Amino acid sequence: MTAMDEQGKRISYIGQAWLVILLALCFGAALALVHTTLGPRIAENKRNETYSVIPVLVPGSDRDMTEELIVQSRSGSDVRVYKAFTTDGKHKGWVIPAQGQGFADRIELLIGQDVDLTTITGMYVLAQKETPGLGDYIKGEDFRDRFRGKPADRPLVVVKTDPREENEIQALTGATISSESVTDTINSAIDNLREVLLAHNSSGAGARK
Amino acid sequence: MQDQPTALERFINGILPENPVYRQLLGMCPTLAVTGGMKPAITMAGATAFVLILANIIISLIRGLLKPHLRILVFTLTIATFVTIVDRFLAAYLYEMSKELGPYVPLIIVNCLIISRVEICASKQSVRVAVADGVGMSLGFALALASIATVREILGSGTWFGLQVLGEGWPAWGIMVLPPGAFLTLGLLLGGAEWYGQWRSRRRARAGG
Repeated sequence: MTAMDEQGKRISYIGQAWLVILLALCFGAALALVHTTLGPRIAENKRNETYSVIPVLVPGSDRDMTEELIVQSRSGSDVRVYKAFTTDGKHKGWVIPAQGQGFADRIELLIGQDVDLTTITGMYVLAQKETPGLGDYIKGEDFRDRFRGKPADRPLVVVKTDPREENEIQALTGATISSESVTDTINSAIDNLREVLLAHNSSGAGARK
Repeated sequence: MQDQPTALERFINGILPENPVYRQLLGMCPTLAVTGGMKPAITMAGATAFVLILANIIISLIRGLLKPHLRILVFTLTIATFVTIVDRFLAAYLYEMSKELGPYVPLIIVNCLIISRVEICASKQSVRVAVADGVGMSLGFALALASIATVREILGSGTWFGLQVLGEGWPAWGIMVLPPGAFLTLGLLLGGAEWYGQWRSRRRARAGG
């Protein structure tokens, strides 16, 4: 791998770039190590956070009664979903995770729904890196409340005016792309899990074991 | 290189004479964004210090191998690695704070303070000087963030580090913890620092006749 420079001298790309390549490999290995060491702890933190918001996402549910299920989504991947119960053991709803590409980075959401997956009862943002002051308002209560009570059995649509239809969500001013990412993420997550969760309901597994 | 500052000079310069925020106006993004309270400000200062000192050490160690036209690439690679480590560390051990700081932790990568120190000092001087420079600049940065956060948190919430310092009767000036408060505080403190600097140099000039 050689080329000529302006004076016709042979220069080697490896000779020029070996330090960058070596450093990239070393840093990559270091990051892999950090990730494997801290990854489980970070996942645990996220799970704790998930549990703490379950009563908000499915109103009337008790976090300590929550049952975790690993189900296979329609796209074939295993997904951890949370089955929310009331304190006296009545199945109250579902909390499902969702990931999608936002304007800046991946957005991770939690979506609360009622038992029959007809209504969204809450939305929560677990992780986002949207533009501060614009897109990061997706994690604010005002935006999250726009999803509460919306139908879960048909796709939500983002509009820029006051919503007229039941399934319309008003976009955040200056953050249309973030608003649309959240909405699309919710749509596809619900769509991906609807069948398996409904099948779970009708299999008579409604009561808490 | 006789004309390069010594380790002690680098250390002292970083704290006040060449304070990153008040004298060099670098790192304005975290300075404005995370100084609403002492806790986020100090966390940010700590994270920046970690990245700055370690990046300075690595770059100083390999300074003899750097190719001029590839150096910025190496700087960015090094800085990004340490920023990722600190980001994962916060997510694992200070989860709430990591959520509060949000995108500002990854944004340390583009903090001009770090790349300027690496370019000005670490890529030209020994590890000892680079460490002294990193520590001095980090202290200066921490001091600047803490001074702004002190004003904003006390006036805006009546607290300091979350502890009540002004009486319950204090009508917390909400604007101080909001973005306008950041600009107001930075502007006034910057003006104050400038005024003090000029007053001192005038006095010195007079004393010197």
